[in-house]
Amino acid sequence: MSAGMYSEKVIEHFRNPRNMGEIKDADGVGTVGNPICGDQMTIYIKVKNDRIVDIKFKTFGCAAAIATSSMITELAKGKTLEEAMKITRKDVADELDGLPPIKMHCSNLAADALHAAIKDYWEKQKKRKKSGK
Amino acid sequence: MIDLRRIYLDHAATTPVDREVLLEMLPYFTRFYGNASSLHSDGGVAHEALEKAREKVAEVINAEPDEIIFTSGGTESDNLAIKGIAYKNKDKIKGKGPHIITSSIEHPAVLETCKFLEKEGFKVKYLPVDRDGIVKLDILEKSITKNTFLISIMAANNEIGTIQPVEEIGKIAKDYDIIFHTDAVQTIGKMPMDVKKINVDMLSISGHKIYAPKGVGALYVKRGVTLQPILNGGGHERKLRSGTENIPGIVGLGKACELAKKRMSKDIQHIKNLRDKLIKGILENIEKSYLNGHPEKRLINNAHFRFTAIEGESLIMDLDEKGIAASTGSACSSKKLQPSHVLLAIGLTPVEAHGSLRLTLGRKNTKNEIDYVIETLPKVVNRLREISPLWKK
Ligand SMILES: Cc1ncc(COP(=O)(O)O)c(C=O)c1O
Repeated sequence: MSAGMYSEKVIEHFRNPRNMGEIKDADGVGTVGNPICGDQMTIYIKVKNDRIVDIKFKTFGCAAAIATSSMITELAKGKTLEEAMKITRKDVADELDGLPPIKMHCSNLAADALHAAIKDYWEKQKKRKKSGK
Repeated sequence: MIDLRRIYLDHAATTPVDREVLLEMLPYFTRFYGNASSLHSDGGVAHEALEKAREKVAEVINAEPDEIIFTSGGTESDNLAIKGIAYKNKDKIKGKGPHIITSSIEHPAVLETCKFLEKEGFKVKYLPVDRDGIVKLDILEKSITKNTFLISIMAANNEIGTIQPVEEIGKIAKDYDIIFHTDAVQTIGKMPMDVKKINVDMLSISGHKIYAPKGVGALYVKRGVTLQPILNGGGHERKLRSGTENIPGIVGLGKACELAKKRMSKDIQHIKNLRDKLIKGILENIEKSYLNGHPEKRLINNAHFRFTAIEGESLIMDLDEKGIAASTGSACSSKKLQPSHVLLAIGLTPVEAHGSLRLTLGRKNTKNEIDYVIETLPKVVNRLREISPLWKK
């Protein structure tokens, strides 16, 4: 991969990632990818009234993996869980003015990580209801 | 602050054309443009330049001029050497599985040629290497069969810089009467290469790794070794490589070999000093950083690191923004999305291989540049580690 293959927006998000970090008392956490393949990302969300009020990420991977992670946090922040579940890999790539074709599959996992975090939140909610808390 | 000039630390990928090389080449584009095969005097001038270049290339490896075949580069030289000898031997040992021995860390120009020949019925042994990347000679000797006609092992590796014991391999090959080819693309000008001392039968050279242009190279073929050409045509280059000779490129390669020989001891001193400073500075200033390849038996210009918990492509992109050109063996930077076969062969896990960084120095690099890299690289590694979920202090 060379710098010229990435859009300016990808480079910009890679260099200045938004919402990078962890949320210690996160309501939902989603991890996807596999470091063996060169990419792993974790998304942390805080939820209030079915809305994502805070979101952070940590990513091991190439510039595209970091940029897509950063972008998904911007897209998801403030959205309801239902809305956030509808964000697709393609939305993320489009918002970044596209990704090199070879990166569309391997490094474009951010939407999956977000969805995993939301599902994790729902799972936790279910358990909480069952245990009557 | 550093000026806006780029700090180029990717000389294993390619080198700039030396000014002296360029100046030597220029007249052969527009003034002495004759075809070396033509009978008129314009052809004669080109022919003379061709033979002069041949002498210079021969000299840098202590060969005879008539043992040098000009090619389009390292890839073609490797292909011609291996296919050329393979096709010559195919009939001799027909049906018995003609056998080639090579290493698992060769450049794709050798590896893919061997894989191609496997499909044609040849047997190939890919020798393992130790953790430093050195071919295991005991396994080499044990792998020899009565059908082995070729050993092809690189003089030094293009990724981790490890230098192979070519003299010992040459001796084994001689003892068993097997042809020995070595890909010396990365070693010319960086260490003495003497085909007579190594006992090598064929040796590949590429122009663009030694300050000559891309698209020109040479294959040394020892007198008495016969090959089948892979390009058929007008019978140029002792019928081994048809095609009108690329005179400007060949003149450039000749000049580059002359300079390589002339400057070798100065180059070695200057580049090795900077490289040693770089390795020391990086290992001292970045925790959980490691050197890949052999600590001493390595090319004088090669520094190859790995850093825990980060991925090489993002590292390259960050360094690029800071004006530093580097390279990595991470899958994310390759078109195949596989980590480097060399790094896996020396026993690194895929995750370790992803965190690799190759810095290869050249003649023009300066102490100031290396200081800047030692100052900048830790910051870049730290930034990526902060983003990484795998980084735990
Ligand atoms: C060890 C080695 N062999 C062969 C080659 C191929 O040379 P060329 O690029 O001239 O075809 C290279 C360069 O990429 C190399 O490093």
